[in-house]
Amino acid sequence: MEKNENKSGKLNRLKVGDVIFYIFLYLFMLIFCVVTIYPVLNTLAISFNDGVDAMRGGVHLWPRIFTTQNYGAVLALRNIGRGAVISVLRTVLGTLFAVVANALLAFIVSQKNFVFRSQLSLFWVITMYVNGGMIPVMLLYRNLHLTNSFWVYVIPGMISGFNMLVMRTYMEGLPDSLQEAAQIDGAGYMKIFVSVVSPLCKPIYATIALFVAVGQWNSWFDTMLYNRMADQYTTLQYELMKMLSAVTSLKGNAGAATTGTQVNITPVSVRAAATIITMAPIVMLYPFLQRYFVAGLTIGGVKE
Amino acid sequence: MSKTVTMKKKPVITKKELIKQRVLIAWSAVFVIYGFVFCYLPLAGWLMAFENYKNKTGLFHSQWVGLTKFKFLFSDATFLKVIRNTFCMGTLNLIFTTLTAIIFAILLNEFRLLRAKKVVQTISYLPHFLSWIIVTGILNDALSSTGIVNELLVKFGIVKDTVPFFSIPALFWPIVTFAHVWKETGWNAIIYLSAITSIDPCLYEAASIDGAGRWGKIKNVTLPGIRPTIIILLIMNMGNLLNAGFEVQYLLGNGLVKSVSDTIDIYVLTWGISQNDYSLGTAAGIFKSVVSIVIIVLANQIAKRTGEERLF
Repeated sequence: MEKNENKSGKLNRLKVGDVIFYIFLYLFMLIFCVVTIYPVLNTLAISFNDGVDAMRGGVHLWPRIFTTQNYGAVLALRNIGRGAVISVLRTVLGTLFAVVANALLAFIVSQKNFVFRSQLSLFWVITMYVNGGMIPVMLLYRNLHLTNSFWVYVIPGMISGFNMLVMRTYMEGLPDSLQEAAQIDGAGYMKIFVSVVSPLCKPIYATIALFVAVGQWNSWFDTMLYNRMADQYTTLQYELMKMLSAVTSLKGNAGAATTGTQVNITPVSVRAAATIITMAPIVMLYPFLQRYFVAGLTIGGVKE
Repeated sequence: MSKTVTMKKKPVITKKELIKQRVLIAWSAVFVIYGFVFCYLPLAGWLMAFENYKNKTGLFHSQWVGLTKFKFLFSDATFLKVIRNTFCMGTLNLIFTTLTAIIFAILLNEFRLLRAKKVVQTISYLPHFLSWIIVTGILNDALSSTGIVNELLVKFGIVKDTVPFFSIPALFWPIVTFAHVWKETGWNAIIYLSAITSIDPCLYEAASIDGAGRWGKIKNVTLPGIRPTIIILLIMNMGNLLNAGFEVQYLLGNGLVKSVSDTIDIYVLTWGISQNDYSLGTAAGIFKSVVSIVIIVLANQIAKRTGEERLF
């Protein structure tokens, strides 16, 4: 490049500037990616490394003494297995209920000649900004016998004003003629919802399903608030959280979590394995779902 | 929002129309009952803040104490500290996550290697999908005495001894801000990136002809082009300013940094759930809700005054 610059004027000088810019750009992006992904890969390496050995430090991207004992230890914990089942159940049921409920609500408020259209819409938009707060909500759930129960994960958060608005925006973008044609053919509203609108809304349903599923899988605070006393309903994230706080208090106490057998596991290495198990489903799935969430965010964020 | 809610012509309500729409009306009723129970009924619980709530006497028979709880709240030094913490951490998070997302989106837009761009983008979304439990766990490892950060700091001779990151109050806010930036930069950039791609390419061509360089184009075309998006997102996120103070602080906080890590939500949790003083917890919660609404309305007003895009 320097050679080129010496030869001639303006055009090449511009190119040198470009080259410097791109070098900095790509360097910056490389550092960005390393900072983003290194901690995850490091956790992965530690999860496959001998626990006592890992305490010496210096395990970076690759295990020094390979072992699967950490995973064995995690899977042997009864709480983890049960927590995983609850997490999967709440994700599947919670997502299913949420998508169906939000879609039906969005369909109703998207009907241009519906008499209570604006009132119903406003009723749900208000809920986006005003809520009772932690304690009144908890007391309500307690009175409804939703605490110490699995259904607290599924029922109360089913409808969100935001998801409803995103779906409504999408439905309003569909051509009116399709619904009109179905109406002339004598189809009722439910028939139109199920067989005309819903098939066309698959992309937006997928987007909302993805958002809700990630939220369901990752949530732990509701477990702590409502199901702390009910061991049978705690989730994977919550069990991981308990492990984390246990590790913090046992920091550096090798072998404290051993089950009595002669294995070299430590709280840190076991937690690394549990972390990997907890994030694995999402990390494996999200790259394939990219187009859905990009589309969904764009609909939700850019108001027409 | 109101733009879509208020319609130009009201539908005429006739008996025939109502009968025709009976299915819709029936389902609406279901949704209204559901919403009333789960979203509006808890608001009745705000009464608790004005009484000495006891489980035994319940909402309607507990002793009425008026504003006593609020008076206690504002004379409590801890609560004032907690307000400061929530507000400062919320503001830091908002400023830095917005800035980094905009910068990241602009840089990503300059990418010419499309394959590499896709890879960088995919990597950048990853942290958004991880729960705060995992993120704080990872952060704990990275910043521990044997973690990578201390290893590098010692190796390059920046510090002599390892830094106990989580025991230094002055470092808590920067750590929380960094955690948010790490988690959300790539995700937040999506929306800015899509705003950038919707800018008319003619504008860039015109700028080139006028002799604008790369920086000139960013300053005079890209930034003005995504300005409405930035304003809208800022207003929306300002309503959440006080909400952004729970999970990280709860998970990363410890006795040593309590004075800077506790937020309003943690205060509510401690008083309301651990100490069983529901009234005081509710009062603190009401304060948070009211301030949030005031902030969002104010931000919207300011945007309106200055002729910017606004939410409602």
